[in-house]
Amino acid sequence: MWFRKRKYTVLKPPVERRVEIPDGLWHKCGECLAITLAKDFEANQKVCPKCGHHEQMNSSERIISTFDPDSFEEDNEHVKPADPLKFFDSKKYSDRLVIYQKKTGMNDAIVTGTALCGGYRVAAGVMEFEFVGGSMGSVVGEKMTRLMERAIKERLPVIVICASGGARMQEGILSLMQMAKTAMACARLHKERIPYFTVLTHPTTAGVMASFASLGDMVIAEPNALIGFAGPRVIQQTINQVLPKGFQKSEFVKEHGFIDIVLERKDLRPTLINLLSFFAPWAKVSESGEKKAESA
Amino acid sequence: MGLATFDFEKPILEVERQIEDLTSQKSNPKISRKITELEKSLHELKVQIYGNLTPWQRVQLARHMARPHSLDFIKAIFTNWTEVHGDRNFSDDKAVVTGFGHFGERPVAIIGQQKGKDTKENLARNFGMMHPEGYRKAMRLMRTGEKFNLPIIIFIDTPGAYPGIGAEERGQAEAIARNIRDMFTIEVPIIVIIIGEGASGGALGIGVGDVVLMLENAWYCVISPEGCASILWRDRAMAARSAEALKLTATDLLDLKVIDETIPEPLGGAHRDPAATYENVRAYIAKYLERLTPLPVPDLLNQRALKYREMGVFVEDTKE
Ligand SMILES: [Zn+2]
Repeated sequence: MWFRKRKYTVLKPPVERRVEIPDGLWHKCGECLAITLAKDFEANQKVCPKCGHHEQMNSSERIISTFDPDSFEEDNEHVKPADPLKFFDSKKYSDRLVIYQKKTGMNDAIVTGTALCGGYRVAAGVMEFEFVGGSMGSVVGEKMTRLMERAIKERLPVIVICASGGARMQEGILSLMQMAKTAMACARLHKERIPYFTVLTHPTTAGVMASFASLGDMVIAEPNALIGFAGPRVIQQTINQVLPKGFQKSEFVKEHGFIDIVLERKDLRPTLINLLSFFAPWAKVSESGEKKAESA
Repeated sequence: MGLATFDFEKPILEVERQIEDLTSQKSNPKISRKITELEKSLHELKVQIYGNLTPWQRVQLARHMARPHSLDFIKAIFTNWTEVHGDRNFSDDKAVVTGFGHFGERPVAIIGQQKGKDTKENLARNFGMMHPEGYRKAMRLMRTGEKFNLPIIIFIDTPGAYPGIGAEERGQAEAIARNIRDMFTIEVPIIVIIIGEGASGGALGIGVGDVVLMLENAWYCVISPEGCASILWRDRAMAARSAEALKLTATDLLDLKVIDETIPEPLGGAHRDPAATYENVRAYIAKYLERLTPLPVPDLLNQRALKYREMGVFVEDTKE
């Protein structure tokens, strides 16, 4: 095969995020400030048991909570960012990249590969918000495109979990062109009738929302995620009025007809499995997927 | 002359004023000689100044109020221009004009983002900032063009897609995403010309083409220089610096293989000689229509997809 396979075990835990919890024992909800045992919070998939606030997950946590245990096999991990514009502001872009690479243990803002989801073999892409705000530059565009090309070649349904502030400004026009490149790959998926599901998590905006994230056959969102094209601050400055309550939140976007389902985190996996059973029965490769998940 | 001018044009203005003074005097051989000399140095000065514009100066030229806008190009280049309105769903977005016309003998479909010549018209045109219904209006026209085998000519000139409540409620992101995707399926040639500002997804939402051309002083980028400056430097005044860093000029985009060719402008910018500008644009449209129209549909679509497939710069390290 032309891609490299490796077991998905090397992702680093989110060290920084846990530092604020004393001794790692307690978790304080960012929304309602309720204190819960960190292990209960983790067991609840990082959803506050008091108010239901869905805290952001990093890509490795997402993989674990969405796919069958140990089923994710990364591909194209050696596609790395370059600095085509020799961009610098207060720092050089190339130096910034190194900082983010150290912080996240990743080369760029997306991890792609194959996985099982309830025994269905899928092509999977998971974005990493901690890497330059999940922004899409040449690497995200290339890996997304390869993922879709692989999905066509191997006839795999595609699941992409999005978390992104938009395009990677530091790659200038090339980052804008990744919108075209990924949308082109979506056009091919569409033509080949490969099922494509996108999961919008907080936040999914701008260039990513205006390209592959909006183009799923099914567009699913987590509750209360910020979803839109322009940032709320930009809109506020432009129109100089108070924004409506819940503006650009998942439920609001659903009410306006642009999201198919808003799902609590615990319901995401079973719903994806249902959707796979409707659109991709041919992708079922193992019966054990769901059982394994329950016993894990 | 009534055209607004920029600081960097002051030396030119000064010489022009001297020439005007001399011309208004009673002519004698000495004055005539002086005028000829001044005209020669005026030309040299123009070449020197306009030939070395900074990216930020080009951005300012691209925004010049007197710069020709889409409808000016359309009326000058095509005959029988027939404008059609609306997206057959919600409304008629006046930030974009759509219609049909003849290019020589050939009927074509035409789309252009439309700015105003003055504040009043700009308000009516929403400064060329489209709403979702504008993107859907453009797609509707593209589908009609496709149905009747008309090549599509698109003029881009926008400071961005409109960031407003209604725009979000009606799915600005979805409208742009779907247009970009569906433009890869349109079975007629698409020629895109960036004539002024090409800001971000607002431009790309009608900007996928078999060929993408750019006027010499136009700019095209993922974000405006001011937007980038306010995010990275927290200071909009750093726009000149960010225009430099973003590599947004036609020359830069040619280097980055994002556009196919640059269309030259008259010295000093399109607004100093609109007729010459229209003539240049016309020649490029003719050249590419000639090249694209004979292509079989599968080849056309494959080439279009491949063009964008190749965009981006990354490193692939297979050792390790
Ligand atoms: Zn809470």
